[in-house]
Amino acid sequence: MILRRKAQRLLFSLASLYLLALVALAIAAPLVSPYSPTEQFLDRRFHAPGPQHLLGTDNLGRDILTRIMYGSRSALLVGVVTVSVALLLGGAVGLIAGMGPPVVDTALMLLMDSILSFPTILLAITVVSFVGYGLVQVMLALGIISSPIFARLIRAETLSIKNEGYIEASRALGTAPVKIVVKHIIPNITSKVIVQCSLTFAQAVVVESSLSFLGVGIQPPAASWGLMLKDARNYLVQAPWMAIYPGLCLALTVLSFNIIGDYLSERFNPRLGELV
Amino acid sequence: MNLVKYAAKRVLRLIITLFIVSTIIFFVIRVIPGDPALIIGGVDAKPADLEAIRARLGTDRPLSTQYAEFLWSILHLDFGRSMISDEPVTSLILQRFPLTLALAVLGLLIGILIAVPLGVLSAVKRWSGWDYLGLVLSQLGMAIPSFWLGILLLLVLAIRFPIFPLFGVDSGAGLVLPALSLGLARAAILLRHTRASMIEELSKEYIVAARAKGLPETLIRYKHALKNALLPIITIAGIEFGYMLGGAIIVEQVFSLPGLGRLFLYAIYQRDFPLIQGGVVFIAVIFSVVNFVADMLYSIVNPKIRLE
Repeated sequence: MILRRKAQRLLFSLASLYLLALVALAIAAPLVSPYSPTEQFLDRRFHAPGPQHLLGTDNLGRDILTRIMYGSRSALLVGVVTVSVALLLGGAVGLIAGMGPPVVDTALMLLMDSILSFPTILLAITVVSFVGYGLVQVMLALGIISSPIFARLIRAETLSIKNEGYIEASRALGTAPVKIVVKHIIPNITSKVIVQCSLTFAQAVVVESSLSFLGVGIQPPAASWGLMLKDARNYLVQAPWMAIYPGLCLALTVLSFNIIGDYLSERFNPRLGELV
Repeated sequence: MNLVKYAAKRVLRLIITLFIVSTIIFFVIRVIPGDPALIIGGVDAKPADLEAIRARLGTDRPLSTQYAEFLWSILHLDFGRSMISDEPVTSLILQRFPLTLALAVLGLLIGILIAVPLGVLSAVKRWSGWDYLGLVLSQLGMAIPSFWLGILLLLVLAIRFPIFPLFGVDSGAGLVLPALSLGLARAAILLRHTRASMIEELSKEYIVAARAKGLPETLIRYKHALKNALLPIITIAGIEFGYMLGGAIIVEQVFSLPGLGRLFLYAIYQRDFPLIQGGVVFIAVIFSVVNFVADMLYSIVNPKIRLE
């Protein structure tokens, strides 16, 4: 058991370290890499990984490592915006449903459940097919699609604590509902919300790369891991490295967020760890 | 609550969900800035051409009429004609659907075949090598998107060791890798649920009673606990099936399979609005019906659920 705890903490540290490195590289990409993510060198096509191009070059002679670094900008940006939009929107809906009259609660939750019952990727493709594609559309679509899970979570937490003695006492003293939400309810649901943020972030990164892979997400020549994999698919025989490294980066990022989410949810709720 | 009443209640919920979804789809298309006719015709299209496109799309009529017609057409499963090929949307979809369906069914089977035995084993032998293997696999399965897994499978099993065809479905073998990449990726979720469900079941009082009675451990585990632990898995598998359909759309793209996903994507690339609209509603219907069937199966094997 103690060994398991240690292993978990180690994994958590590794995951955090990886993500920190990713953020640092995303920010410092122009300083770290001598290459441009979009400039094409047709005489340097399909170079295998080597000292000059650590992870090789693609079908247009672009440096893969550089494109991965710039691609992490897209991934992280989509993650941050998606989580923010989903948290704000879902949080507002969840709090209104939890605190408001039952009619509003039922109506809002029916709507949220309808959205929640569909696979995220299908919804994302659908929304993007209507609003057109590109970075901004993907982020907004993902934010809206990811909000029901926050609404559900925040509503459930709100309902479970809103009749606790101290909140009732506060209400009896005449505290305004808004103040009750801000002072008592929000601080009490933060831990679970943080866990969900981590998981939603991971999902947003996957969906963004999936959309870009399908050609309905981030558009060329911008760099995105999904877009790199889309190009790679046509050159699997000539340049397998084009397919391996962006995917590896994507998988490690998702893995890290999942590990962090799992670790935090066990830390916040130790009894869960014994069951799951 | 008896089964008929429960079914009626679920059917009502199914209808409400579909109604909400189709309403959202309808209004999303119309509320979005930009006239579809302008998008299809191009910025420099003649006003007369634009009028013609609007008339074909039906966007020249009042919104309420359009909405009523839209709902009516869904009831008939008639989504109009494709803007590009002029074929009925429904028949286009039905031509492509069998492949996607086969992919999703195979994927689900692979997922269940991997997840259930390993999940049960993990739960029975907690913190053993099997359990850790299960944990590692489920983390990997959740982290590796199906389309990248598909690419990796191609790299290894079609290029490095040419066992399977690179692209296309000339034979059944062409479906193996796509189904594997779908199934392996989603097995992670099923594995987690199976394990949790089995652990929960094994900690219940009737298991303690069975042990106290001196029943053999194998009988307790695989006859008593497993049977009950698998019940919730039916619901999860139903939901997973929907995800398989969604995932199939992406995986089809990896393996160049001419399924629903490709049809849908080309519709998006070419802004074929009737086809997009029909495709979305079709997928929503299929998905809701699958969930409904899973719920009904679950309520038959576990009548307790009908009381809630």
